Amino acid sequence: MSLLIIGILVVLALVLVLAAMYNGLVRTNIRVAEAWSDITVQLKRRADLIPNLVNTVKGYAKHESGVFDAVTKARAQTITATSAGPEATAKAEGEFQQALKSLFAVAEAYPDLKASTNFQDLQTELTDTEDKIQASRRFYNATVREFNTKRQVFPTSLFAKMLGFTADKEFFDVDEAEAATIQKPTDVQF
Amino acid sequence: MYSDITKNKRKTWLILAAFVLVVGLLSYLLSRMYNSPSLAISGTLFAVTYALISYFAGMRLSLAVNGAKEIKKSDNPRLWRTVENLSITEGLPMPQVFIMDDPAPNAFATGRNPDHAAVCATTGLLDIMTDTELEGVLAHELGHVKNLDIRVSMIAFALSAVVSVLADFILRMTWFRSRDNENNNPYIMIAGIVAAIVAPFVALLIQMAISRRREYLADATGALATRYPEGLASALEKIGQVGSVTRKQNTSTAHLFFANPLKRSSISSLFATHPPIADRVARLRSMDTHV
Repeated sequence: MSLLIIGILVVLALVLVLAAMYNGLVRTNIRVAEAWSDITVQLKRRADLIPNLVNTVKGYAKHESGVFDAVTKARAQTITATSAGPEATAKAEGEFQQALKSLFAVAEAYPDLKASTNFQDLQTELTDTEDKIQASRRFYNATVREFNTKRQVFPTSLFAKMLGFTADKEFFDVDEAEAATIQKPTDVQF
Repeated sequence: MYSDITKNKRKTWLILAAFVLVVGLLSYLLSRMYNSPSLAISGTLFAVTYALISYFAGMRLSLAVNGAKEIKKSDNPRLWRTVENLSITEGLPMPQVFIMDDPAPNAFATGRNPDHAAVCATTGLLDIMTDTELEGVLAHELGHVKNLDIRVSMIAFALSAVVSVLADFILRMTWFRSRDNENNNPYIMIAGIVAAIVAPFVALLIQMAISRRREYLADATGALATRYPEGLASALEKIGQVGSVTRKQNTSTAHLFFANPLKRSSISSLFATHPPIADRVARLRSMDTHV
């Protein structure tokens, strides 16, 4: 009789432990999803700044329409590409950065534009948005670290697959082409 | 960095456990000396209630007592943006931001949890620090919020208050003895009296030890958030040279500041709320040599 009670208690303890493991993994998993979504929030904020920037530059440099069209088109592509998958997103991001570079290169040729407070404010906002994107990516990495660690430590690693958590999340990464460019020191020319 | 964080958290728990042992010892002595624990219980309840009230009202009080004024983004975009970006990195809601008019470079954080938190910087800090140094200091302060240091110091303060009440009670009862319920063993009496005199000092030492441990922890958390311990280290060095003594001197909020705001006195370092600056700088600079 007492053996039965011991058996029941052991099973109960096991169930409680499994429940705790599962809940821990569920919580960290949801945090990862939220952190990923937060990166998109910052990217959207950057996208929203761009029309203002284009209009300000247009006010001083009306004839550079080629550059404006390129920037507007690239911006639209980054928005549609987020639903098309990470590879399309990375490609659209690269083209967007290029278009922005040409826009600022144009601004170099117009001293009135450079001096306008509107333009300077927008530049500060853009820099701050890039800082925010970096901050949200860093936080995303932290949540991925928590999840992967929880999933791989003993004893959770024995049960993770059974509970439905089959794979680790990926840390934020850049594709090979961009990796090649960013490993080189940046060329700053005036 | 990660090992610094775990070590500091573990040491805090050890110190708190030692604290609970001291309280337990005093209670035991008290119950052996006199067979009426009821007054001690009501005294303890009072001390705990007092601690809870100061915990909930503490944020508004510590801000007011230091003359801090809340700011909007447009008042100081540099400070605002730094705090905002750091909260995103740490995954915390953005705290209220305050500025304190004082030439000494210093900052403090208060608030019982991340949802009710505030960060305050002096005008001196904003003038003297570069952007990376300012980021380091504010990351340290947000680290305090994230690690629930206000709660830890409240627990330490509550335990300290309980120790004081128990010690006080032992000493009082020694003066006004009633012969019927007293324990006649002289050794217990002596042990009790000695403990009652020594215990409040021990409690203060433990409270200060916890405060210093949490400062190291906040340094490590801040360094992890910015991934750049050098920013914090050079901010500390600047403060070491310029001095962190504020115009308003409040002993009750001193432990909340980034660096010791009280005038230097010859009190032993065991009673200091903050570890020595040279030590903090050395630990930060060694963080890139270990994980």
